[in-house]
Amino acid sequence: MTPLPHNVAVTKLDELVSWCRKNSLWPMPFATACCGIELMATGASRHDIARFGAEVFRFSPRQCDLMIVAGRVVMKMLPVLQRIWQQMPEPKWCISMGACCSTGGVFDTYSVVQGIDRFLPVDMYVPGCPPRPEQLIQSIIDLQEKIQREGRRKG
Amino acid sequence: MQNAFVPIFLLLVCTIGLAIALLLASRLLNPRRAGQVTRMPYESGMDPIHDTRRRFDVRFHLLAIAFLIFDVELLFLYPWAVIVGNGGRGAGNEGHATRVADGDPMQKATLISNPQSLSPNPSPHVPRTYFFPAMTFLLLLVVGYVYLWRKGVFRWG
Repeated sequence: MTPLPHNVAVTKLDELVSWCRKNSLWPMPFATACCGIELMATGASRHDIARFGAEVFRFSPRQCDLMIVAGRVVMKMLPVLQRIWQQMPEPKWCISMGACCSTGGVFDTYSVVQGIDRFLPVDMYVPGCPPRPEQLIQSIIDLQEKIQREGRRKG
Repeated sequence: MQNAFVPIFLLLVCTIGLAIALLLASRLLNPRRAGQVTRMPYESGMDPIHDTRRRFDVRFHLLAIAFLIFDVELLFLYPWAVIVGNGGRGAGNEGHATRVADGDPMQKATLISNPQSLSPNPSPHVPRTYFFPAMTFLLLLVVGYVYLWRKGVFRWG
């Protein structure tokens, strides 16, 4: 058996697909509060989320595969959030950005959802009130690692 | 001569091939799971109120025609006004730009604040060759408008 030339790489289809997916995350911004401002800053030129292939913010769930929930989600907003999540095509991932979104934060009250992971499958939690753009970028890097590690072709 | 179009056809073939290959790849590699909610129209997560194809009164078409009169009128009057405003020297402002660029800053400021001073021989009156054709045009449209009025297009009883 002849050894492979040095310019030929061998991989599994799952890993190739995951590699493509992780470098072309299209975020769906679900920005309900001040975390949304940091989300905008992340997309802007100074922090430049485009370096990680995730700059294509789409305002239609049809074209997105990464939902970034930024800000507190009240109970009345929850059906909207769930519907948009369901309207996103698979495979899809979710980043819960900020304290309010992950735990309810300072809004320890009946009307605010105490962590959206009670209703949505969350992949990454970003702490902070609001988190800095670097933190969000770190979560995207971590999510990319997770996609590469666990991603399967059929989701 | 015969081979001049070969690169273009090659490009065409490559483009179509790439498009088909990408669509095929996404079809093969994606999990295609779609539920009832996925197929709903996207209304920012709210319930859609009604179908987008609604029926409305046929008399709206008269109103649309009446709107066309004023729309076309404006379309023609804008370039007319620009040309007349330039003293009949065309719609371009290239001459202005070079003149402003040549002058010193102070002169530039006066030029910008007072565009009339840009024109070499400013004419306070609109020349007849520009005025009367436009008025004839307006008169024709007014005739059409009066006709609509008399026909009772604007009476919605």
